[in-house]
Amino acid sequence: MNFSVPDFTPALPEIFLLCALSAILVVDLFIEDAKRFTTYLLTQGALAISVVVTIMTAHMSPVHTFSGMYVSDMMTSVLKVGTFLSVMILLSYSRDYLQKRGLFRGEFYTLTLFTTLGMLVMISASNFLTLYLGLELMSLSLYAMVALQRDSSISTEAAMKYFVLGALASGLLLYGMSMLYGATGSLDVSRILEVIRSGQANNNVLVFGVVFVVAGLGFKLGAVPFHMWIPDVYHGAPTAITLFIGSAPKLAAFAFVLRILAGGLQPLVHDWSQMLAILSVLSMGLGNITAIAQTNLKRMLAYSTISHMGFLLLGILSGTVNGYSSAMFYVLIYALMTLGGFGMIMLLSREGFEADNLDDYRGLNARSPWHAFVMLLLMFSMAGIPPTVGFYAKFSVLQAALNAGHLGIVIAAVMFSLIGAFYYLRIVKLMYFDAPVDHSPIVGTSDCRILLGVNGLAMLLLGILPSSLMALCAQSIQSAGF
Amino acid sequence: MILGMPILSVVIWLPILAGLAVLATGGDRNANMARMIALVGSILGFLVAIPLYTQFNPSTAGMQFTEMVPWVERFHVNYHLGLDGISLWLVLLNCFTTPLVVIAGWKVIENKVAQYMAAFLIMSGIVNGVFMALDALLFYVFWEAMLIPMFIIIGVWGGPNRVYAAIKFFLYTLLGSLLMLVALIYLYNKSGSFNILDYYRLPIGITAQIFIFIAFFLAFAVKVPMWPVHTWLPDAHVEAPTGGSVVLAAIMLKVGAYGFLRFSLPIAPDASHALSGFMITLSLIAVIYIGLVALVQTDMKKLIAYSSISHMGFVTLGIFIFNSIGTEGAIVQMISHGLVSGAMFLCVGVLYDRMHSRKISDYGGVANKMPMFAAFFMLFAMANSGLPGTSGFAGEFMVILGAMKANFWLAFGAATTLVFGAAYTLWMFKRVIFGAIANSHVAELADISGREFLFLAILAIGVLGMGLYPLPVSELMHASVSDLLAHVAHSKL
Repeated sequence: MNFSVPDFTPALPEIFLLCALSAILVVDLFIEDAKRFTTYLLTQGALAISVVVTIMTAHMSPVHTFSGMYVSDMMTSVLKVGTFLSVMILLSYSRDYLQKRGLFRGEFYTLTLFTTLGMLVMISASNFLTLYLGLELMSLSLYAMVALQRDSSISTEAAMKYFVLGALASGLLLYGMSMLYGATGSLDVSRILEVIRSGQANNNVLVFGVVFVVAGLGFKLGAVPFHMWIPDVYHGAPTAITLFIGSAPKLAAFAFVLRILAGGLQPLVHDWSQMLAILSVLSMGLGNITAIAQTNLKRMLAYSTISHMGFLLLGILSGTVNGYSSAMFYVLIYALMTLGGFGMIMLLSREGFEADNLDDYRGLNARSPWHAFVMLLLMFSMAGIPPTVGFYAKFSVLQAALNAGHLGIVIAAVMFSLIGAFYYLRIVKLMYFDAPVDHSPIVGTSDCRILLGVNGLAMLLLGILPSSLMALCAQSIQSAGF
Repeated sequence: MILGMPILSVVIWLPILAGLAVLATGGDRNANMARMIALVGSILGFLVAIPLYTQFNPSTAGMQFTEMVPWVERFHVNYHLGLDGISLWLVLLNCFTTPLVVIAGWKVIENKVAQYMAAFLIMSGIVNGVFMALDALLFYVFWEAMLIPMFIIIGVWGGPNRVYAAIKFFLYTLLGSLLMLVALIYLYNKSGSFNILDYYRLPIGITAQIFIFIAFFLAFAVKVPMWPVHTWLPDAHVEAPTGGSVVLAAIMLKVGAYGFLRFSLPIAPDASHALSGFMITLSLIAVIYIGLVALVQTDMKKLIAYSSISHMGFVTLGIFIFNSIGTEGAIVQMISHGLVSGAMFLCVGVLYDRMHSRKISDYGGVANKMPMFAAFFMLFAMANSGLPGTSGFAGEFMVILGAMKANFWLAFGAATTLVFGAAYTLWMFKRVIFGAIANSHVAELADISGREFLFLAILAIGVLGMGLYPLPVSELMHASVSDLLAHVAHSKL
């Protein structure tokens, strides 16, 4: 039996992160609470170096390793860099928030790194087992993070719901994967594709498997009717962790969905795109309509996330390279918008005050015109109004879907985004048109304030010059070879 | 290009940069500096637009001063600007209105001055972009971006019911725009380009044309606004601050009519012909029915708002009778309405600043206390009712002539506006200005200040100048209008 040493370079970012993570885990044990800042710095440093490593080892065309279980291409590199950056931004936004709530502990940082590692594995996996491994690594760490505030019953409840429903979703996914395995005799994504193309697989079993896989993916993305966990978890978890759940994991989930559906099950595009169409329209509809009734900003953003996932699916369901790259652009922009939105909630919160009610935003323009303007940009971007970048995100998925002939869905999508505009406008209305009820000054660490300003302005700058990011997404998907 | 400068970009971006500079002055402590920068910025914005007029070549129908830079390569979107005889006048009107709005808000606005001035300057630049964009996506970006400053203007500095009005305004116009976006994406998928001029030559089947026409119709009709999607306008006008009403009436309504000329007619000519009866009916309803509605208003701003809808009905009528005098009349009417309705709203603003009431019944005998104001108001009221010698007459007369060529009864229906227009405008004027002094508040009124005299006088010159000698206006647009009508006459089937 031959044993050849596999090529480790495609997995170098993961390997580095794992080593750094283990080191931080040990170092943190010897750091006393007052010096916890060191852990924070080490974590940020590890992530920053990971970005460099990812860029250095980026491959222009797909490179497989570990017997085809792992792949590295331009899409994975871009998404990984996106993940690292959004985790870094998250950590910067949340430092102050965590300190004030007694959550500034080593566990938070190590769990964050474990989650990040899970996401990296999800992004690069090209085998059902590796995909599942990454998914569970990410999910289990997130379940624990939601429950990090042990004394809060609402957080614990959220964690419980998240865990039970997440486990159910994993079950569905595994069941679907086993069906596909039964039909094709392989767990390897590219092998599955070959078998389906050759027509040897039993179509009934395949479609049956696809249904379960799509349902499982729907759970993870939070698409209607598998969305029930999202509002409760978003609301119950500490804002820092809500932000984490809402941002980077969506990048990983996007890669995950794309790898399975577009990578392995491309010949069944007709079947899964119909299913995604239903999920997409329901998500956009329910997400946008229910968001109107919310009085809690975190819940509102939770429903807004559901509707964004509907738009994301709109790009995927068109089943074309154009659609996938539009969806990739969408998910990157979505992560950036979510970071800004929840970052603002954390900035405005104080000890004993979460700033998560809509009324807490009344008269923000009078208190701080700059922060109101940043929030205005974020809200208009989420609503998809030019010249903010949210418009191009929506525009490109609509273009892809229309090109694939889904006129009805596109019209439904624009109508729901009109409804959606209402609740984003309501935030702007509260900030600009109403008088403030709360006059306390806005405090926050300066790095957080600067970064948040950059985040908000990025909405405008990317909106004026969206070309390079779009081109990068298109090139990434091209290189991944879907 | 003029003197090596991309003149169109300058006309768009100069006001926007000035607006950002105004914003940078910060809070109300520096209010005077904000006002000064805004005034200088808006006047510069007008001055840089003057070469457009002097250098314009009236003998060609093509786009002039064009600029083209690739912008979003993935979708072949270009930063593509150009100007023809139709958009030239609208750009000039817009650049002309902005300094007046800044002057009008000089003293009146005391709260968040920098943001107020900046919103108007930024909007002025964006609206210039709408009129100059030759790329459909660029047009759409400007078109939607326009909503944001207007939304803020109505919502922050408006009247008691401003929040309702602002949100209604935003959602109403967004509804139309989103369907237009779908139509634009459809055209892109079909032609592989976002160049509006490419769409003119793109063959499209009649069913698709009708759908495209309807999508555009929803976007533009809401902006014009045409009956029955006009209901946002009275609310928005009444609640907006004076400057907001002026910009809404003078500029915002024009982008809708401009859209019909730039998109609907040449892109979907067969559908335009097929649906022209429908469009003409809606226009006549606006002219006659909304004219009657204006008659019974008790609020001056609401009355002028309804009068605007009625006058814009004339514009859409002129556009959809497809002859050159009608179309030119429609454009002349757009410019004239921009001047006249802007002036009317400013006049109401002058009264409102003193009395804090827009109710006609709260006034009476104003002429006794404000003779100079009464004279200006008289002139603008006459122009609004279409008196020969004022700009209001030129446009209406041309449209009626055009309608006469198409059908006598059409012209007859349109001409009733001369009666209704005179009735509601002059009746309001009589109740507000003439008669005995109605109450003690009126008795305390002081006549207009130098600042108010300035902007009313500038507008009066514009109204009279255009009324007495409208030839230059129609001369410069002649080639472009004939070219447009040639596109409309050419079937795409």
